Amino acid sequence: MTITANKETPLGEVPRTQQARKRPHRDSQLKAAILFLIPASIGFVVFFAWPAFRGLYLSFTDYNLLRPPTFIGFDNYVAISTDPVFWNSLKVTLEYVVMNVGVQTAAALALAVLMQRFTRSMVVRGVIMLPYLIANVIVALVWFWLCDYNLGIINAALDFFGIDKVGFFGNENLAMGTIAMVNVWRHLGYTALLLFAGLQAIPKDVYEAAEVDGAGEWRVFRSVTLPLLRPVLAFVLVVTVVGSFQIFDTIAVTTGGGPVDATRAINYYIYQRAFERLDFGYASALAVILMIILAAIALLQNKLLRANESDLER
Amino acid sequence: MTIIAFKASRAASRASREDDPSLAKSKVAKFFGRLALVIVILITLFPIYWMFRTAFSNNRAMFGEPLSLLPVDFTFGPLQRVLGLATPEEALAEGGSGASINFAQYMLNSIAACTLITVFQVTFSSMAAYAFALLNWKGRDKVFAIFLIALMVPGIFTLLPNFVLVKDLGLLNTILGIALPTMLMTPFAIFFLRQFFLGINRSIIEAAVIDGATQWRIFRTIVVPLAWPQIITLALLQFIQYWNDYLWPFLVGQTEDSKLLTVGLGIFKSQTPQGNPDWAGLMAGALIAAVPIFILMLVFGRKIVGSIQSSGVK
Repeated sequence: MTITANKETPLGEVPRTQQARKRPHRDSQLKAAILFLIPASIGFVVFFAWPAFRGLYLSFTDYNLLRPPTFIGFDNYVAISTDPVFWNSLKVTLEYVVMNVGVQTAAALALAVLMQRFTRSMVVRGVIMLPYLIANVIVALVWFWLCDYNLGIINAALDFFGIDKVGFFGNENLAMGTIAMVNVWRHLGYTALLLFAGLQAIPKDVYEAAEVDGAGEWRVFRSVTLPLLRPVLAFVLVVTVVGSFQIFDTIAVTTGGGPVDATRAINYYIYQRAFERLDFGYASALAVILMIILAAIALLQNKLLRANESDLER
Repeated sequence: MTIIAFKASRAASRASREDDPSLAKSKVAKFFGRLALVIVILITLFPIYWMFRTAFSNNRAMFGEPLSLLPVDFTFGPLQRVLGLATPEEALAEGGSGASINFAQYMLNSIAACTLITVFQVTFSSMAAYAFALLNWKGRDKVFAIFLIALMVPGIFTLLPNFVLVKDLGLLNTILGIALPTMLMTPFAIFFLRQFFLGINRSIIEAAVIDGATQWRIFRTIVVPLAWPQIITLALLQFIQYWNDYLWPFLVGQTEDSKLLTVGLGIFKSQTPQGNPDWAGLMAGALIAAVPIFILMLVFGRKIVGSIQSSGVK
């Protein structure tokens, strides 16, 4: 989960400096703060912090849920390093991330620019965001049906035009691509909306200047829109990459990891190790590795894309 | 990070369209731009329409007419069958499986779990957000930073130990077990509300302190009413998120009394006969799970779109 803050203060303007000023009621406020924080702190400690440490500990154990965990040092990690299913899951996850994020970002950018240039309709925005509000499971099932080999409308249409039918989910080479495109459909409008908001924040006068200079659509996009959108684009990329790395629901209800290992993404493999083979220690070690990978990607992307700087302020 | 205020986009949509230089002027560009938008909207809506079309079709008759754009042999049979209102004979006659499936029960379970999570999480998170935004105490920002770290931890990492915990508490297959880990707080909810609380004019609060109001009274009678629109927005976003959640409720709620809609749908799919699936029944189930979201979107569309535009939520 990631958030962009709201810089404008919608409920009245107060300079930040005032906050830093020392107040007379500090002690009474500490007491109040403790009381206000009790429920949330219990939730944080019991269901976020403690499980995080416990997960780290379990990754160094042999644990099948039935008997207490036994400490085995780095054995799980050593086993993972030579586990072909793990390396394969990493490979297919990366394939998914590249296909999903690549197509999604390009299409969302195009859609955001279309909206910025041609419509201000709230209804259009609501409609394109609708798929994002529908559960992954529902979206996966609907597309599984649309793509069904025997009766799905897509194959029926292909058949009607005399084109060979395609086993979208059943073909080893196509399954992951199909899942990537299904999730592009679900996330396109949402991502476009984030980018559209970024476009709205670009000062209008730069477009006026471009118009005066007689720049065409493409020129405006390349020389004005894209550079000024870069910080938002960078933020969106970090969020979507980290999000799509954790693909699970769609796989669980459509292919179940198959055909062969073609869609056994890392999150799905963790689930299978833990709940189908009751290998909680091993699964926890996989989860630790996933977390390290995600942290590294987020850091790297932030560095490379200079996500925190705006071209406007330079 | 770049930020886009909801207000700004509202203002932009209100501003005279003719004066907005970021809207295209050329007639040719307008034509092609709008055409492209229409195509995107059609691609967005077609799968959703197909869900409706299939849910009102006779599953048996549908096999003969895969290309029919209207429901084949219009019937309420699939809806009745997944709501447990049809006899096995009636279900079999329309190409259902005859297995008992009760989405009405799953709907009640989903409403119970999501309401429980949303009400408590938003309440406790706003209390915490108040302590982080408007009270002055030593170490406040450090504690807040620790809470924020939890935002970066991927779900699957805490999911395994949380499952062990809920199992040890004897809460497997209960609505409470599904709700518990997110009932007390999420870092996102606190972060979201803190942003708005920071903007509240402090002089009102100081005046109340001088009048001898307790912090609880200030929170209840000043801060909550002022931030009510944002609190409702957060509640909507969280409700939708848990409504759509799959993996956690799938692991924790497997009985008829604790199965959520997404889980029931996944199980229904895995049980439908491979060679002769009940597509109409599946789409009817998907429809039942999706309709509450459509209703929320119709009622609160502007709020939901605005909140996603102003803060990237994932």
